[in-house]
This record gives sequence, C-alpha cells and structure tokens, in this order.
Amino acid sequence: MTAWPTDLVLKANVLVVGGGMAGAWAAATAARTGASVVLADKGYCGTSGVTATAGPGHWWVPPDPPEARPEAIRARANVGLGLCDPYWMARVIALTWEALPTLASYYEFPRDTSNVVQYRALRGPEYMRALRRLISDLGVTILDQSPVLELLQRPDGSIGGARGVRRQQNNTPYRVESGATVLATGGTSFMSHLLGSRTNTGDGYLMAAEAGAELSGMEFTAAYTVAPQHSTMTRSMSYAFAAYYDTDGREIAPAGPDQIRLLARELLRGPVFCSLHRMPADIRAHLPTISPNLMLPFARWGIDPFHDRFEVTLHNDGTIRGTGGVRVVRDDCATSVPGLFVAGDVATRELVAGATSGGGAQNSAWALSSGHWSARGAVDFARSRDQRSLRLRPIGEAGLRPLGTARTSDTRAIVQAVKDEMHPLDKNLFRTGDKLRLSRQRLDSVWNEIRHFAGASPSNPLPAREAAALVASARWSLAAALTRDESRGLHQREDRPETSSRFARRIVVSGLDAVRIRLGDEVDPSTSMEPAQ
Amino acid sequence: MIEIVIADRCTACNACVTVCPTNVFETGPDGRPVIARQSDCQTCFMCELYCKSDALYVAPDCDRPIPVDAATVLASDLLGQFRRDSGWDEWQGQYPNEHWLMDGVFRRAREAKSSSN
Repeated sequence: MTAWPTDLVLKANVLVVGGGMAGAWAAATAARTGASVVLADKGYCGTSGVTATAGPGHWWVPPDPPEARPEAIRARANVGLGLCDPYWMARVIALTWEALPTLASYYEFPRDTSNVVQYRALRGPEYMRALRRLISDLGVTILDQSPVLELLQRPDGSIGGARGVRRQQNNTPYRVESGATVLATGGTSFMSHLLGSRTNTGDGYLMAAEAGAELSGMEFTAAYTVAPQHSTMTRSMSYAFAAYYDTDGREIAPAGPDQIRLLARELLRGPVFCSLHRMPADIRAHLPTISPNLMLPFARWGIDPFHDRFEVTLHNDGTIRGTGGVRVVRDDCATSVPGLFVAGDVATRELVAGATSGGGAQNSAWALSSGHWSARGAVDFARSRDQRSLRLRPIGEAGLRPLGTARTSDTRAIVQAVKDEMHPLDKNLFRTGDKLRLSRQRLDSVWNEIRHFAGASPSNPLPAREAAALVASARWSLAAALTRDESRGLHQREDRPETSSRFARRIVVSGLDAVRIRLGDEVDPSTSMEPAQ
Repeated sequence: MIEIVIADRCTACNACVTVCPTNVFETGPDGRPVIARQSDCQTCFMCELYCKSDALYVAPDCDRPIPVDAATVLASDLLGQFRRDSGWDEWQGQYPNEHWLMDGVFRRAREAKSSSN
C-alpha cells in the first residue's frame, strides 16, 4: 500500500466505520450501487471483530413450505419475550436468504452428501477473507489500522464523515468527508476475553451518542460464554457435549436454557471443571476441519479434553451476544441523527432478538441484513444532498477533548474499573438494584475523571478514547438495567424476579454526562410496521 | 498471547504486522516483525493463519505471558497447525472446510441429551 501524505483527506459518498461482517456487507452494498465507498477499520478488515474468529451460522429459513418462515418467527418471538418485531424478523430472514449466495464466487460453499449447497454456516476467517476480496474488487477504499476517533458534523447537525488516525503511520490524522456514514463498529464485551472482541470497545455507541443518537436494549448485557480457564476459546460447539464437575468431582447437571446461570452459581462457589468425553468419536475426528481454532489451546497445553478434566470460566459477551445498541428509527437502519446509519452489533438487535441473545444465527443474519439496509439508506441520503464542502466540525469529546486541564490519564485503571463492574458474575448475572446503583456511582465517578482530566495523548489518542467509550457504554447499560425494574430474558434481577407487563417495552437511553432514560412505546408484535414503499 | 517470532523461519513478509487486528507487531530495524505490544494481543491466532512460513507461536493463555523458546516450539508439531487444518495456501484441498457440519454436531448433541433424560 502506498504511504498517504500527512493529514490525509478522502472524499466518498459513503464512509463505513468498521470492517467486520456488517461493515463489509455495507461497503459491498453501497459500492454495488456505484457509490464511492471508504471503509476504515481499527485493525485489519479480514481479521478484526468477532466474525473472523468464529463460525457464523445465519438465520436460514427457506421460503418453502410457506409456513416455515412464519413459524420460525413465532418461535423466536416467544423467546424474545415481547420486545422483538415480526416485521423486522421477516425481512431479515428474506434478505439473508437472498444475499448470502451472492458471495459464491468468493466463498466456496460446500455441498452435503445429497449434493445440496450449504449456505447457512460459514467459517469466520474464510468468510471475512471473502468479504474483503469482494469489496476490494468492487473498488472500496479500505483503510486498515485506521481507528476512527470521532464523527464530523455539518452545520445542520447531519453527519458528514469522520476523523481518525493511521496507527501504523505514527498516528497520522486523517479524515473522510462523506455524504453519509455507516457505523459498523461492533458491540462491546467490556474488554472481556471473548474471542476476537478486543477491538470492540463501544466506540460507535460513544460517537453516535455524541451526535445525539439514542440507544436501546443496553440492559441486555448479561450474556456469558464458556471457555477453558486462561483461554479466549469461546467456541460453543465443543461444549454441546460437555460434562461439568465441581471441585469434589460431582457432576453438575447444566441442562436447559439456564445452563450459564447454573454454571455461574457453581463458579461463585469454586472452580468448575469440564470434560468432553461424551463427544462421539466420529465428531472428534472432524473437529479440526470444522473449527480449526477450537482445539488449539488443548493441543498447546497438552490436554486431552476427551479424557482429562480441564478448568473452565465464563467470559462476558456484553452487547456482542447480548443485544443493546444504537436505536434504529427506520427501515434503512437510520439513527435519529441525519446522515448516520448503523449496522451489525452497534445497532440494537432488539428488533429481531428482543430480550435475549440472538444466538449466532439471528446475530449473523442481522449483521448481514442491517449492513445491506444501512448502506442503501446511506447511498440515498448521500444522493439527496448537496455534496459541496460544508464546514465540518469534529464532535468527539470524552477522552479526546477534556473539559479540564489535560494530563496523561491512567487508561488501564479506567478500563479495569469498567471490567470490575461489568464482568463479575454476581454483579451482572445476578443483578439487584443495590448492586447496580453502586456500580453506577463508581462509573459516574470514573466518567467524571475521563471527562475532565484524561486528555488524549497526541501521539497515541486511541487508548483514552476507547476507555471513554467503555465507560459510557457501561453507564448506559447500568442505567437501563436499573430502569428495567423486573426480570426479562438476559436481564435478571434477584430483587425483581418477576416479568412485569409494565415493562413490555424498550428502554431508550441517551446523553453522556447526564444519562437520559425514557420508556419506549409498548411493543405490540401484532401491529408491526408497514413496509416502506 | 503471541510469544515468539521464530527468526529461522520468518521471511520478513510482515503479513503479521498488516493483519494483526490489535496492532501487536512492528517491523524491526532488520526488516523482520517484532512483538512490540504483547499485552495488546487478544489471543485470536489470526497472525498464525496468515503466516505462510509458520514462524509464529501464540500460547493459548490470554491473561499471562507463557515464555517459550524457539527450539521447543520448533520440535513440537504445533507451528502451522491452524493454517494446515484450515486448508490454506499449500494445504488447499487436503483439509477441506467442513464447517457446515456444525449444525449436525449441535443436532446430535441435542439428541444425545434428550435420550439421556
């Protein structure tokens, strides 16, 4: 790649921030319309984000028989506990079915023994490699290792691009002036060891909120995944056959949907061990070619997981397998801020997953679909506007432009403070009003610190900005969790064990120094939105 | 975390510098990659997948460094395992991508559970 001059300025119809699955699909969709597209990724489009390290299956329901899709939607709507929208679920299923096969010249979709092409489940590294090749061929300008730090606002309040740094070129600043902007920065695990989630620090939530956008569903951050102790290997497939044991060697019976909470209760008492001896031999033999990363930790530790018992832990999935994100106001994944669109985990997934994790399947289908819709919305917005240069104002604050005297901040301590409130099983999985209030107090004080004192280091502005995004995201999650004075789905309050019809609605948060909360309208799945013309 | 770049194998292509999602590597003065920010490593193994000379070793521990020496790792069969099992580069065709079988694995796990209940 050629070296860019200092203060690189790029112009594009559409800027996509984030090069994971949603961002890459968005870039492809925009480029296919003939729009000029820049995609900027904090790391490398192809390895960044949680798709690259995983094996995303998609929500894959054939159009025939005709009752299959309505049935799939009904089943998931029940699981979503009243917060999802059948209209959005239907369009996600339809678009996923249509769009995934368009990747066929870049991803070798295998055939099963009956010679039927298998589209549904893709292997992460190959999927992201395929998407990168696709968008490269479509002429998308990819800026790798170029974290976006803040949005650029036009005088009318609409978003006209973003500003960031090229971190492998001495953090040289760059800006992209765009007709419209798609945020596809992912969710956040609050810096847990969830595989592939290190770069997902909630940057998009912070940037969207600074522009005035709202977030929804941020209370649904209590999703956890099993991994061998000390490892990142949160691939769930191997645990399908897992047997778990307490320190006395007694088997814990973690059957059913409450498996994670049951394991969490045991982990609060002491170490938990696991064995995969129940996995049939023929499956064991195929594991390395199904998920080549899955067995790496065991091989390197010299552990035979099919005979030995190994210690396990739970990693927080935050909004990655949880649900919250920037509120979507229209079919085209527009936010309430003109010119700003959202795709993938940075957008709230409540529309399709409701109060629960969408699991792998719904989440991947959402990333793909919202990638397409946000790009179309962005292209339309860009075309509808005068593209001549208007004055653009960078609007980043916390971690970038302190209110007080800037000094070097201890960003590690700030990040640790977020982890200390968002990861512990007793605080997050077994919530109470008192515990949530205490966490909120602590993080309000940390927010105050980063807001006033934590100046970005000009030579390396990213860590302070990431820390600010993490604190902001955690504060929204805590505020929403306190407001949802009940238990529902991923949000379980020990002091409010019942689900209340009063809260059959979404909780919408916004604001930075003062977090504003409002209850969304009651969701009535029977009166879904009308399709756009 | 990433523990070692094996100098004997490294061809100085610096693909690891390019693809690391957390920007752990830097090109050193001799043109070869060095591990510049080990604590930023997210233990995702992606650098190994993109290293055609199998010169990188990521220890599975994500929360503490586990130093290794080149001789031990070279003597193991661990280098390049991820890239080989993924069927990348020269391994294409020999290790087919069977990821699509995953659905069947979950289905059989459900069946096994319901039959034992």
